[in-house]
Amino acid sequence: MNAGEGTVPTGMLAAAAATFRRDVALAFRRPGQMLQPVVFFLIVTTLFPLSLSPQLSQLRDISPGILWVGALLSSLLALESLFRADLEDGTLEQWVISGQPLAVQVLARILAHWTVSGLPLVAAAPLVGASLAVPASAFGTTMLLLGLGTLCLSGLGAAGAALTLGSRRASVLLSLLVLPLAMPILIFGARGVDLAILGEPTRGPLLLLSALTILTLSLTPWAAASAVRISLE
Amino acid sequence: MATWTWFHKLGSPPHVYRIAGRFAPWFGWGALLCIVYGLFGGLVLAPPDYQQKDAFRIIYVHAPAAWLSLSCYTAMAVAAFVGLVWRMKIAHAAAAALAPVGASFAFVCLATGSLWGRPMWGTWWEWDARLTSQLILLFLYLGYMALRSAHDDLQRADRSSAVLAIVGVVNVPIIHYSVYWWNSLHQGATVMKADRPSMPTEMLVPLLVMFLGFTLFQLWVLCTRLRAEILDRERNARWLQEQLREGA
Amino acid sequence: MTAPTQTGLQVQGVHLWRGERHVLRGVHLDAPLGTFWHVRGPNGAGKTSLLRVVAGFLWPEDGKVVWNGQETRHLGDEFGAQMACLGHEPALKADLTARENIRYLVGLRRAVTDVELDAAFSRLGIAEHADRPTRMLSAGQKRRAAMVRVLLSDASLWLLDEPFTNLDVAGVELFTGLLAEHAAGGGVVLATTHQPIPAPGVRTLELA
Repeated sequence: MNAGEGTVPTGMLAAAAATFRRDVALAFRRPGQMLQPVVFFLIVTTLFPLSLSPQLSQLRDISPGILWVGALLSSLLALESLFRADLEDGTLEQWVISGQPLAVQVLARILAHWTVSGLPLVAAAPLVGASLAVPASAFGTTMLLLGLGTLCLSGLGAAGAALTLGSRRASVLLSLLVLPLAMPILIFGARGVDLAILGEPTRGPLLLLSALTILTLSLTPWAAASAVRISLE
Repeated sequence: MATWTWFHKLGSPPHVYRIAGRFAPWFGWGALLCIVYGLFGGLVLAPPDYQQKDAFRIIYVHAPAAWLSLSCYTAMAVAAFVGLVWRMKIAHAAAAALAPVGASFAFVCLATGSLWGRPMWGTWWEWDARLTSQLILLFLYLGYMALRSAHDDLQRADRSSAVLAIVGVVNVPIIHYSVYWWNSLHQGATVMKADRPSMPTEMLVPLLVMFLGFTLFQLWVLCTRLRAEILDRERNARWLQEQLREGA
Repeated sequence: MTAPTQTGLQVQGVHLWRGERHVLRGVHLDAPLGTFWHVRGPNGAGKTSLLRVVAGFLWPEDGKVVWNGQETRHLGDEFGAQMACLGHEPALKADLTARENIRYLVGLRRAVTDVELDAAFSRLGIAEHADRPTRMLSAGQKRRAAMVRVLLSDASLWLLDEPFTNLDVAGVELFTGLLAEHAAGGGVVLATTHQPIPAPGVRTLELA
C-alpha cells in the first residue's frame, strides 16, 4: 500500500520554511496587490499636512503620530485576507492534517506576511519621514521601530484575522478587535520616533517594543491556530 | 473520577439554572441594602473633602464601577478559558452573560469620571491615564461583543470570542502599564487618587460597602442573565420544558 | 506506551448537533485495514459531517473515533499525518503550477522527489498539465491534481468527499481503481458519493 514506505518525514522547521517560501512566492506573482498597503500608507500620510498645515515646523511635532497611525492602518489593511483564501480553497484543512504543529505554520505565515507587507512600509518610511520634516538622523531608528511595530501588529492581526474567519463584515470587525490591542505598540513606537527626532537616546522604547514583539509572536500563533481550528468546525 | 462527575454536574444547564435561581434573590437584596447604605453614608454622612469639597463623592460610584469593569473582564476570560479547554457550554454562556455587564460598568466609570472632571479639570474629558485605560477596556468589550454577534453559529461564536477574551486579558495589564507610561511622559502625576492612604474612616467605610454592594449587584445580574442565556440556548431541551410546565 | 494495534478505523456511537439540527444520530462504523467504504445517503444526511468528524475537524457531542486502537482526539497531529483528505475544494493556488502546489502540500508531510511527482502526475493522466498554472486547468484536471496529493501523501486512511465530481467516465474509473488498490494494499478508504462505486468488495454505510 503506502506508496513510499521509508520516506523521510518533513521536519517542523522545514515545513515552516516551505510555507514561508510559498507565501512570499505567491505574493510576488501579484506585485500590484502586494504594494497596495504602501500606496495606502503614502496617501494617508499625505492627508495630514493637507488637513492640518503645510508648515514643516508644526508637522515635525506630530510626525511620529502620523507615521505610526498611517503604518498601523496600512498594515491592518493587508491583514484581513491573511487566512481567507486558504479557508476557501481548503488549504487550512490540509495544514491541520499535515501532521505539522499548526501554530508553527501560522508563525511562518505571519513572518511571510510581514516580509511582503511590513517591510515595504519600513522601506517607505524615510520618504514619508522626509515629507514630515523628520531629520535624516532619525531615519534609522524610525525604520527599526516601524519594523518591530509592524511585525508585532502582524502577530496580533493574525489572531484577529483567524477569529473573524467565517463572520460577516470581517474587515471592520478586524479593526475593532485589533486596534485596541495595538495601542501599546503605538505608544512605544511613537515615543521612540519622538525621542529619535529630538536626538535623545531611544534605548527604552526600542527595548520595550522588542519585548512586546517577542511576547506577541510567542503567544498569538497559538491563539490564531485555535481560531483556525474553530473556523473549520 | 469523583471530581470529574462533580465538574460535569456543576456544568450541567439544569443544575446551574436552579442554583442561579436560588442565589439570585440573596445577591439582589444584599446589593440593594449595601448600595442604599453606602450611598447614604457616602453622600450624606461622610464629611466633604478638604480639597475637592463635595465633588469627591463621585468616587462612591466611580471607583466600584472601575473595579468591577476590570474584574468582569477577568471573570469573562476565566469562563472563556474553561469553556474552551473543557468544552463546557455553560462557561461560554457565563462569559456571554458577563460581557454587557462589564461594558456597562466601564461606561459608568467613564461617565462619572467625565462628570467629576468638569468641576475639577474644567473640561469634560482629560487624557488621564486611568480614564484612557478604561476607555480602551470599553473598546475591548465592544470588540468582544461585536465578534460574538458577527457569527451566526452559536458554537463558533462561543469559541472564537473565548479566544479573543483570553488574548485580551493577557493584553490588559500591558495596555494598562503602557498607558500609564505614556501619560507620565506628557504630564505630571494624576490628580485623582482613589487609594489615598489618609482617607478618614467615615469616608472609607461607605466606599468599602459600595464595593461590596456593586459586587453583589454584579453577581445578581450575572445570575439573572445566565438564566436568560440558558433559557435561550436550551429552549428545546426536555428538562426545561418540564420545568416550565411545573411552573417553577 | 503500548504499540498501536493495527485495527483500522472505528466510529463508535457518534452523535453530532449543528445548532438545533441532530445531524449524526449514533453512527457506528467498523473499518478494519484493507476495507473500502462507500458512505451513502440523501442530501443533508450528514455524509460530509461524518467525514469531518473522522478527520477531527468537528467534535461530536457524544461517541468517539478510534484509529488503530487509540482515540483520535488524543492522537493529535500524529493522526493527521496518517490521513489524507480530498474535500470539495482542491486546496490548489491558482497562481502556482500544479507541480508547485503538490510539491508544497506533500512536502509538508514528507520529502518528495521529482521522479515521484512525475510518476504520480502521469498516473492521473495530467503529466502534460503539471507545469501549467492551476488557474488554466479545468475542474476535472484540478480534481486529478488533488488526487496526486492524496496518492503521494503516505497516509493509510483516505477520506474523500464526493471524489467523482467533475470527472469524466474515464476519470471515475481511474479514481475507483486507485481507491480499490489503496484498500487492497491495507489502507482504509471512506468515500461519499451519490453514484454507485463500480468496484468489487466495496462496503456500504447508509446514513439516513
